[in-house]
Amino acid sequence: MKALKDLIDNKLMPPFKEGGKLHKFWPIPDSLDTFAFVPGHVTKSGSHIRDGIDMKRTMFMVIVALIPCLLFGMYNVGYQHYMAMGVTTATFGDMFLFGALKVLPLVIVSYGVGLGIEFIFCIVKSHAINEGFLVSGMLIPLCMPVDVPLWMVGVATAFAVVIGKEVFGGTGMNILNVALTARAFLFFAYPTEMSGNKVWINTAGDGKPVDGYTGETLLAKATTTPVSEFTDTAGNAYASVNASLLDAIYGFIPGSVGETSVIAILIGAGILLWTGIGSWRIMLSAIAGGAVMGLIFNLVGPAYFPNNTFLALPWWYHLAIGGFMFGVVFMATDPVTASQTATGKYIYGFLIGFLAILIRTVNPAYPEGVMMAILFMNVMAPMIDHYVIEANIKRRMNRLKVKTA
Amino acid sequence: MSKTIKIRKGVDIKLVGEAEKAKSQINRPEIFAVKPTDFHNLTPKMVVREGDEVKAGTVLFYDKYNEAIKFTSPVSGEVAEIRRGEKRRILEVRILADKEPSAVDFGAGDPGSMSREQVVEKLLNSGLWTVIRQRPFSTIANPEDKPKSIFVSAVNTAPLGADLNFICQDHISELQTGLDAMAKLCDGPIHFQVSADPEKSKAFQGLKNVQLNKVSGPHPAGNVGVQIHELDPLNKGELIWYVTPSHLITIGRLFKEGKYNPACTVALVGSEVTEPKYFNTWYGAPVKPITAGRLKDGDIRIISGNVLTGEKIDNEGFVGFYHTEVSVIPEGHEPQFFLTEGWLSPGLHKFSLSHAFPSWLMPGKKYRLNTNLNGEERAFVVTGEMEKVFPFDIYPMQLVKSIMMNDIDMMEKLGIYEVDSEDFALCEFVCTSKIEIQRIVREGLDVIQKEFA
Repeated sequence: MKALKDLIDNKLMPPFKEGGKLHKFWPIPDSLDTFAFVPGHVTKSGSHIRDGIDMKRTMFMVIVALIPCLLFGMYNVGYQHYMAMGVTTATFGDMFLFGALKVLPLVIVSYGVGLGIEFIFCIVKSHAINEGFLVSGMLIPLCMPVDVPLWMVGVATAFAVVIGKEVFGGTGMNILNVALTARAFLFFAYPTEMSGNKVWINTAGDGKPVDGYTGETLLAKATTTPVSEFTDTAGNAYASVNASLLDAIYGFIPGSVGETSVIAILIGAGILLWTGIGSWRIMLSAIAGGAVMGLIFNLVGPAYFPNNTFLALPWWYHLAIGGFMFGVVFMATDPVTASQTATGKYIYGFLIGFLAILIRTVNPAYPEGVMMAILFMNVMAPMIDHYVIEANIKRRMNRLKVKTA
Repeated sequence: MSKTIKIRKGVDIKLVGEAEKAKSQINRPEIFAVKPTDFHNLTPKMVVREGDEVKAGTVLFYDKYNEAIKFTSPVSGEVAEIRRGEKRRILEVRILADKEPSAVDFGAGDPGSMSREQVVEKLLNSGLWTVIRQRPFSTIANPEDKPKSIFVSAVNTAPLGADLNFICQDHISELQTGLDAMAKLCDGPIHFQVSADPEKSKAFQGLKNVQLNKVSGPHPAGNVGVQIHELDPLNKGELIWYVTPSHLITIGRLFKEGKYNPACTVALVGSEVTEPKYFNTWYGAPVKPITAGRLKDGDIRIISGNVLTGEKIDNEGFVGFYHTEVSVIPEGHEPQFFLTEGWLSPGLHKFSLSHAFPSWLMPGKKYRLNTNLNGEERAFVVTGEMEKVFPFDIYPMQLVKSIMMNDIDMMEKLGIYEVDSEDFALCEFVCTSKIEIQRIVREGLDVIQKEFA
């Protein structure tokens, strides 16, 4: 490894050093150098020893947690395609390859545009590149429908990185979740490409979709159809509610690339919780919030609005469909945009779950309430923290008052 | 009325090189030094000049802003050098020791039969007032003030921290005299904290004139700040004084012998020490006689104090006045290839509170940690990690941020009066973003102190 270090230090770095011709562009080789080698920086003040953890490992763990969703997403894109086209001979390999060819360009565009902009900002502000976008860059393609045009992903990523993050001062300073900012931007700027029946399953190529194919997600179906009449992608009725629920848990349903499989998401959640990087407080309370809202609708719906089948959708079903689990596990837990206090995290998570199901159910114009709920709570998180901290301050003041009284 | 404190938040960082319970005597060094830099925010005003003859107990310099607080020589000899740093700041007053020690006689006496004024005067004249520090700010106490209570922590939970029970066990009567003197200074109680582990608190069980409290739990349970927070929390405008048990022994000797006897015990610890053990030495003594022949080869760092809060010194340097250990650990100048040792490695040799490293699965393992930052400085991203090692009812990250913003009002509200930088040492250790939190907290305290001076 010494040879590689020498190569970087003696061949690559010199023109970028202070006074070198390309000094302005030092964040680029510096990022390569610090990627390959944790610098020999030693502690100068304070604690002489430091924890082994750093931002790179933290971010990398999140990417590892996202890999099951990415791989399953690729497979499911192919699976949905062949199912919609009525091709029954496609093998696992065919499906995965088809999906990979659709999904990888999304990933490449997202990383390419996002990291490109990050580098430009680093060079202009002359600071080292931050690892934050490594996760955002993976989340963006996973929360997109597969048929979204690549240029839109590029524009949305650029918007999210510049307006969502860099104008606030970069990683660690943003108010809104970067990946969701990208998604929300597309959702409002190009709604036809981000919702409806045409974007979730790729049906391009020879041939036509099978009869009965509609292309809508289970979530969209739920707005109009009772849960017992759900059909799969090919238009076949499910044998039972449990059969459709199982499909939703396995992930063999249409939806954004990475969001469909509850199992893949739970594997990711397991990694985040095992490493302690994702907040269990947020995940737990968000699921509780979603369940409570769903339960309220289940109780109130049939009594007051007997014609609204969506309200009657069982509360546990809500948790399995749409982007609920994906949002709760990977987006709501973003430490920068979430509440920072332990108490705040419970409140923040609960309200995300609660609002997600509320928005999703009572406002069918936003078939996916999770995105709106998280973005809304991102904005509210500082206020939650404010009140939690005020309570702490008040406790300290009271201590003084009790003494002087 | 003794109390028991159970601390749950925190961590014991297990390092290689714990001191063996054996004391060695070193030869009396030729050169001693008093370092004004050992005392927070002290501006020294020199009394002696280079070449002056001094005795043990002769005033070398005093506090420019409080002339009553004097700093005295630990040995008799000649002022060899007044070493200055940037802006002529005085770093060390070096004294060439006489062969035959002689000391100023301050007169022996039982503090129990003295008045507060007499005790204060004796301490001030002998220079031993400087062992009494105050919270907030951790500066030397002002003899004009009266604290609401006095704290002594005889629990050292810091990584490789010296065992205070072992250091003090042969000097309990001096310690008692020191405590008797303290009792004169304050109308409130003297809180004397010992370990809940009877093995580590045997020597202290018979102490009188104090409220003996038991402390259990991981570091920073031994920090006096944590104990104050649990037993007698500080509010704005209040004062608490604190002393270390080693210094109480020195005070006890002053009252028993009538002179400044700078004998003390220091532990030599750390993975780069061949025989970690205790040494009988003196305040102001150099580190070299302790380390000579006992250090491993290689790129090493010598720290006066523990690895979390100590001060880096070189092998020609002197042990700090408030320090009871000298820690020696490897430097971490070597870049780490990301797959084998760096951020993507299995990391069996790294210790982390984060479960992203396997160290949490091997709770008994002892580590040989070096001084590498293990990453680069970043903005705060990860939340909730500091709270796990910060046993105060205070929001650490929010307090640190308010200091970075220089928002004095918020610092006060968030409880800055209760903390010192050492209480944030573990927060700094765990920080994923590698932010210098202890320095920031110290700056915040300085800003507040200046604001209300």
